[in-house]
Amino acid sequence: MKAKQRIGVMLLGFCALLVNTVVSAEAPVSITVGSKGFTESVILGEMLRHLARQTGIEAHHQRQLGGTRVLWNALLSGEIDAYPEYTGTLLQEILVKENLQTEAELKQALTERGLRMTSPLGFNNTYAIGMKAELAERLKLRTISDLKNHPELVLGFGSEFMDRADGWPGLQQGYQLPQQNVRGLDHDLAYRGIESGTLHVTDLYATDAEIAYYKLRALEDDLNYFPVYNAVILYRADVEQRAPEVAAMFNRLAGRIDAPTMSRMNAQVKLNGEPESAVAAGFLKQAFNLDVDYQIQSAWQRFWQHTGEHLVLVGISLSAAILFAVPLGILAARRERLGPIVLGVAGILQTIPSLALFVFMIPLLGIGGPPAIMALFLYSLLPIIRNTYAGLKDIPPAIVESAQALGLPSRARLRIVELPLATRAILAGIKTSAVINVGTAALSALIGAGGYGQPILTGIRLDDIGLILQGAIPAAVLALLVQGLFELIERGLLPKGLRIQTSEVKSAS
Amino acid sequence: MLVISQVSKRYGDAPALAPTDLQVPSGESLVLIGPSGCGKSTLLRLIAGLIQPDSGTITFEGTRLSSENILQIRQRMGYVIQEGGLFPHLTVRDNVTVMARYLHRDASWIDCRINELAQLARLPEEMMSRFPAELSGGQRQRVSLMRALMLDPDLLLLDEPLGALDPMIRYELQQELKAIFGQLGKTVIMVTHDIAEAAFFGQTLVLMRDGHIVQAGPFKELAQTPAEPFVEQFITAQREPMAQLVEALR
Ligand SMILES: Nc1ncnc2c1ncn2[C@@H]1O[C@H](COP(=O)(O)OP(=O)(O)OP(=O)(O)O)[C@@H](O)[C@H]1O
Ligand SMILES: [Mg+2]
Repeated sequence: MKAKQRIGVMLLGFCALLVNTVVSAEAPVSITVGSKGFTESVILGEMLRHLARQTGIEAHHQRQLGGTRVLWNALLSGEIDAYPEYTGTLLQEILVKENLQTEAELKQALTERGLRMTSPLGFNNTYAIGMKAELAERLKLRTISDLKNHPELVLGFGSEFMDRADGWPGLQQGYQLPQQNVRGLDHDLAYRGIESGTLHVTDLYATDAEIAYYKLRALEDDLNYFPVYNAVILYRADVEQRAPEVAAMFNRLAGRIDAPTMSRMNAQVKLNGEPESAVAAGFLKQAFNLDVDYQIQSAWQRFWQHTGEHLVLVGISLSAAILFAVPLGILAARRERLGPIVLGVAGILQTIPSLALFVFMIPLLGIGGPPAIMALFLYSLLPIIRNTYAGLKDIPPAIVESAQALGLPSRARLRIVELPLATRAILAGIKTSAVINVGTAALSALIGAGGYGQPILTGIRLDDIGLILQGAIPAAVLALLVQGLFELIERGLLPKGLRIQTSEVKSAS
Repeated sequence: MLVISQVSKRYGDAPALAPTDLQVPSGESLVLIGPSGCGKSTLLRLIAGLIQPDSGTITFEGTRLSSENILQIRQRMGYVIQEGGLFPHLTVRDNVTVMARYLHRDASWIDCRINELAQLARLPEEMMSRFPAELSGGQRQRVSLMRALMLDPDLLLLDEPLGALDPMIRYELQQELKAIFGQLGKTVIMVTHDIAEAAFFGQTLVLMRDGHIVQAGPFKELAQTPAEPFVEQFITAQREPMAQLVEALR
């Protein structure tokens, strides 16, 4: 068993290494950028990648990672070198405890952490109040204060904005708005209402794709009610030493992207379905006259890439789980005292929400394949341990006793009698684990490990069912295939004598 | 010679066996008998070292049983447990030879031995590759017996080897078993519920109740000079229905 464990650890380590090199091939100098799980961030991430590659340096983009914290921590630990962020998020969320007031203070706080921030890119992606540009023109509305003169307008807000204290309630008070007809409704419905004229005013993000698409105007926040969310690029200070020309490139973006431009790029991706890479390249051509050559993978190339990534995640984590969990299950069944502890710990691991487990791994193993594999490994343990335990415990005492009475030593009893009799239970546990593993592996995309989760995340981001299915269907098929594979293995492994018993029971009932 | 001295066993608070003395000379057939739950199987398990006594010692051919030597000693004991205990995933042949193969006994010796045993137990050759699920209850009992005899043990422990068999087969097997024991001349300790079966097999009968030995001796002695009213009750309780039947037929 000890030897098996050692092999397991080695296997895990080796494969982690493999995944690591696959995900971020370690060239002499290379730059990895990250982006958050929404379109604007992914476009900016692509822009950074293009810019870095312009200097002749290898560059990678970890797209749509699962949330601000993941990116911030990855940046601090050097897993990524840069990502697009918003000053509001830095001040109100990430560094809120520091109680920073000015941009200078913010820069100082970042420097202390070995980070740099470009000057604002030129757009402020905060909440905005918008309406049809044409209607605003007709009523001569430019600022939010101008709304005071038009109590007849119908307002419709997304439910989050409706409820937040700093949403509609605060806005109404701050600007003393007189409108009575105010509704909370779904954001998509709000756009349709605006289009049809039944709604006049709604809340937006200042760079929403829909602003360009529906020809809306964002009213100026003349009382500075909304906090400022200026887009900036955060990067590690060491980029300035490792690749000074890349840092210079990033800083060229400062002041070059205004809100309408960003909104238009968002629309190109979200509404016209253009690839982020192409949109980012188009902008760089227009703004800096840079010729970026980029490759867009075909659907099949992407499919094979995701399949490969998913198989590596599942294959390694599941094999390691089997190598560890079966001995642990045996241990639990054999040692009265240890049993409840092993089962308890594995049970607790299972109660951790899978997403949280993935995120917990980041401080330990960074982002990408290794933390995802570790999380999947831990997640796959319990069903196998429990079934191994139950399979061994369920062997009729008469059989255990006769094996003992023959004089077989403990290990021989396990090998010759008990494990063969527990085969069915153990394999059932492995099958359960495999199916859970294949499904949960889709979440790995959130921490940059790719797999079928990638098209699912992109599909959710772009509200594209087709893309979601490109990930969901192969994942489901893979789960079935893996289950089928273990069914075949079961046919080979299950002792013939046990199969006879079941067939007799079946025919008898 | 098996010597049991002052051996007792309790499960939690409930005593399963009171401190007990018993000696079984080599070559003797001894039958444990008594009502359900009186401690017969417990005594056999203690002898096979499957459970540890709370007090007292068990000595087998001059060696005191301990956890160090029990695996060796078990190879010299054949134990047929109450439920048969055949391994369902192994064929008849593998069930019988499992321990011999574990000990790397010579393959030709194993073949030879299993043929011998099959003849003794009158189990047809074609049954050897069947699985326990494909055998009748009586055949399974015979395979259990073959397995217990495989390594030619000095002591046979049989826990109701004929339980759960229909009366016809049971009668047939009784005859066969007795013949086998006669041929082999081994020390046998057998458990049964059935007084007639006990009288048929045992040179010595040991009647137990509530973890105590009530009386030990030949059947005649128990029948003629019962140590307690219970002994008489136990014997007549089993004879009575038959006597009534015979009465009714007259
Ligand atoms: N593992 C155990 N745990 C607790 N109590 C037990 C255990 N095994 C046996 N006993 C108890 O010990 C007593 C003696 O049991 P034992 O199996 O020796 O009876 P027996 O004479 O063989 O009965 P039967 O004729 O029904 O097989 C019974 O009261 C039984 O309930
Ligand atoms: Mg019993």
